[in-house]
Amino acid sequence: MTLLPELYMFLFSVFFLFLSVGKKRTSLFTAARVLALVGFFITLVCSGARGVFFAGAYQVDFFSQIFKVLLSAGFTLVVFMFEKENEVENLPEFFMFLGFSTLGLMILVSSVELISIVVSLEISSFSLYAIVPLRKAQTRTQIEAAMKYLFFGAISTGIMLYGMGYLYGMAHSTYLPDIMARLPQFLSQPLGVLAIILALSAFFFKLSLFPLHFWAPDIYEGASDATTTFIATVPKIAATALLIRLAMLASSSPAQLATVIIVFAAFSMTLGNLVGLVQKDLKRLLAYSGIAHAGYLMMGLLSFNREGNAAAAYYIAVYLFMNLALFYVVMLLSRRGEKNVTINDLSGLARRSPLLALTLAVAAFSLAGIPPTGGFTGKFFLFVTAFKAGYLAIVIIAAVNTVISLFYYLNLVRVSYSRESEELRPLALAFHEKVLCCVFNIVIIYLGLMPFGLIDLFRDAM
Amino acid sequence: MSPYLTMNPFGFPILSTVIFLPLAGVFFILFLKDGNKIKTTAFVAGLLTLAASLILFFNFDAGTPLFQFGESLAWIPAYNITYALGVDGISIMLIVLTTMISPLCVLCSWKAIEKRVKEFMICILLMETAMIGVFCALDFILFYVFWEAMLIPMYLLIAVWGGPNKDYASLKFFIYTLFGSVFLLVAIIALYLVNGTFSIPEAMFKGYSFTFQIWVFLAFAIAFAIKVPMFPFHTWLPAAHTEAPTAGSVLLASILLKMGTYGFIRFCLPIVPLASIYFAPFMMVLSIVAIIYAGFVCLSQTDMKKLIAYSSVAHMGFVTLGIFTFTVYGFMGAMLQMLNHGVTTGALFLMVGIIYERTHSRQIYDNAGLGKFMPAYMGFFGLFALSSFAFPGTNSFVGELYVLISAFVRSRTAGFFAVVGAVVAAAYMLKLLKQIAWGREDKRDFKDLNVREFVYLTPLAIFVLWVGLFPAPFVRVMETTLVHLFMQLNKLSQ
Repeated sequence: MTLLPELYMFLFSVFFLFLSVGKKRTSLFTAARVLALVGFFITLVCSGARGVFFAGAYQVDFFSQIFKVLLSAGFTLVVFMFEKENEVENLPEFFMFLGFSTLGLMILVSSVELISIVVSLEISSFSLYAIVPLRKAQTRTQIEAAMKYLFFGAISTGIMLYGMGYLYGMAHSTYLPDIMARLPQFLSQPLGVLAIILALSAFFFKLSLFPLHFWAPDIYEGASDATTTFIATVPKIAATALLIRLAMLASSSPAQLATVIIVFAAFSMTLGNLVGLVQKDLKRLLAYSGIAHAGYLMMGLLSFNREGNAAAAYYIAVYLFMNLALFYVVMLLSRRGEKNVTINDLSGLARRSPLLALTLAVAAFSLAGIPPTGGFTGKFFLFVTAFKAGYLAIVIIAAVNTVISLFYYLNLVRVSYSRESEELRPLALAFHEKVLCCVFNIVIIYLGLMPFGLIDLFRDAM
Repeated sequence: MSPYLTMNPFGFPILSTVIFLPLAGVFFILFLKDGNKIKTTAFVAGLLTLAASLILFFNFDAGTPLFQFGESLAWIPAYNITYALGVDGISIMLIVLTTMISPLCVLCSWKAIEKRVKEFMICILLMETAMIGVFCALDFILFYVFWEAMLIPMYLLIAVWGGPNKDYASLKFFIYTLFGSVFLLVAIIALYLVNGTFSIPEAMFKGYSFTFQIWVFLAFAIAFAIKVPMFPFHTWLPAAHTEAPTAGSVLLASILLKMGTYGFIRFCLPIVPLASIYFAPFMMVLSIVAIIYAGFVCLSQTDMKKLIAYSSVAHMGFVTLGIFTFTVYGFMGAMLQMLNHGVTTGALFLMVGIIYERTHSRQIYDNAGLGKFMPAYMGFFGLFALSSFAFPGTNSFVGELYVLISAFVRSRTAGFFAVVGAVVAAAYMLKLLKQIAWGREDKRDFKDLNVREFVYLTPLAIFVLWVGLFPAPFVRVMETTLVHLFMQLNKLSQ
């Protein structure tokens, strides 16, 4: 049963498709949570599956399975995180679209052929286009967000297809291994570099990497918290997976490509962090933080070797948890509120709910890269591999950026711990919410102090 | 086991025990609700750690420069990172200093901290774990993790329990320190790429190329100079000290500042010796500028805490001056001054804390003229103030003498200016002492020291006199290690 995870995700989505036609039910959350958890365990069990389908276009290997587990973990956590109050309308449809999107991403990490990549990417993207406007209070920002996401997404897909056309023209094949094998002889020409960068643009878009980063703040601000949480984490895993897959297939380290990636990475982290400094809306801030983190992530892909790939994979795994943890704080804070959470809303959080403040602190310190959190360990691996590959400049830029970013991450902690607010109503957390907060804290610190199991697993998979 | 480590003679990992005992205290505190129980638990955890570290101290073999009580476990094999611990003559005294100061910090906060007692005590104990860890770590990454992890509880101590300007002070402290640390991280990675390991002893005396040493030294020096703090990087210190609660100021002054100078002795000298020698004149100039400049700034302070904070800058100037004279006396003086400053300045901050609890002001004028009705307080204050400007018979005299001798050996000009700095120190401390003892005539009524305050000031006072009159036992502990370091440096520079 090599395809069981994909199949299960498909059935999950179809199940909610049928539910959406029926009458409204309230027990939907329990059903979705149980089913998502079952899906996660199925993915986990299937992580040993191997197989090649559709004439080599679809590969089920350790690499793809490990990323499917990550995707499924992210999906399950998102489903567990939000509540009815999180201003999502049309619940069954929402679950259906989330499911389809995850399905597309799962297919994407197994695809090694251009056309199946495009198809799977679009399955995922179209579902997301549909859920961005699903927010209760119909305001202009969210309609604007939906339109922007649709247009920018479509344009980036167009650019990708354009680049893929060039790739096909050069390599006479749509299979990634063939393309990457023939690529080195074209990389000396500007056309080769241009083609591959254009072909990757849709993934840069998903990762919100400079120069395709501009959509993120508006979409994060406009979409509901649950949708934003999903968009900010799960698709980034799949995009990273595909970039790593390409780096794995590249036979040698193409210097020209590395230069372009360095420029993108440097701009991405600097721009993300500098603009992040002045943000008031928490979700916008997280969007800029995501742009910066896409830049850090690229450092792992520069070295084109196993260590670098494993470091990038490790970083995206850590990023999933620390980002989800911060978004969880946002969600719990904005409960029953129709406005976005601003930094001022955090004041007095340590009084109102110590656990939530702790979760915020752990996640923020992790995003800033302070030991003993996972964010530090992940960043450390990235620094080592990029430095080892001889790219000292980007390491120093990233190091300076870490300091810049600290300003706004620390600000979150500062406001929640040291500023008093007029509103001292305690924020009561339900039992499962407390458990989820503890899980986030423990996982982030575990990944920081004991990375050996996971990093070895990634090295084996690369 | 590597050749740099001697085995641990105990049946259990004693260093890990010392490091993680405070953490065990944190674990218990998590389940407590009552304020007094929490404080007692924190104090007991601190005392147990002190006891464990004294076992360490009395079993320490002063006759070998090797790292003792070694522990070494694979931590992240993929990157050759180990969980390696060990202490030598340089770190053992600093560990004991840490374990001695931490329970005092719990005691001095007994009444002063009223809100969020639980979190406060957790922060103090987390700090203690991280600080001991920094002094024990023999692996760069382990060191770096402890070094940075320390920032979080320290930041919270200032940001949550600090004075009116805490926002600014805590942010400045964190950003400044992190700015230095990221360069430290880059230097560590550079060393790893050359050596293939993160082990600290294995990186020492390797004979790297001069250019490489220069860059690594600069990266190290930024991190450590900020922590010390040396002259142009000192501006975070007065802000952080002034706004921090008493316990925070004490921890900052006594332990955190030592980490910078510890870094110079532990990393800069043995790992990049040629660059250290090359930059020594610059470092000496910066140290002397710090001594004199901070001295003059102190003369014009009206805030007690600020005055003592700036005096820290001057004292740490003596420490860095001693280190960069590259003489055995200089090293010893620097080490002694590190301990002395830890005790004396820590004690002075405690004194400020005590009077602040009574008058709720740090201004010298508000606290002046205490001599008549707080005789015991003035007695302690006088002793620590004398110690602060190195009056003969007190601890700082011994350390400062060593440093001055070595400074004269290296360069007469340096020695001359250091002496000028010492005179300025006498001027500002005596001025403060005069004000506090006799500065006001009007009758006010404050209670003199209570038993708790006596209890935490007495050990510090004993230490001041002990080192002042009979420093031999302390010198002996570190002698072998420092002489060994000196010989190695000499061999390289010839």
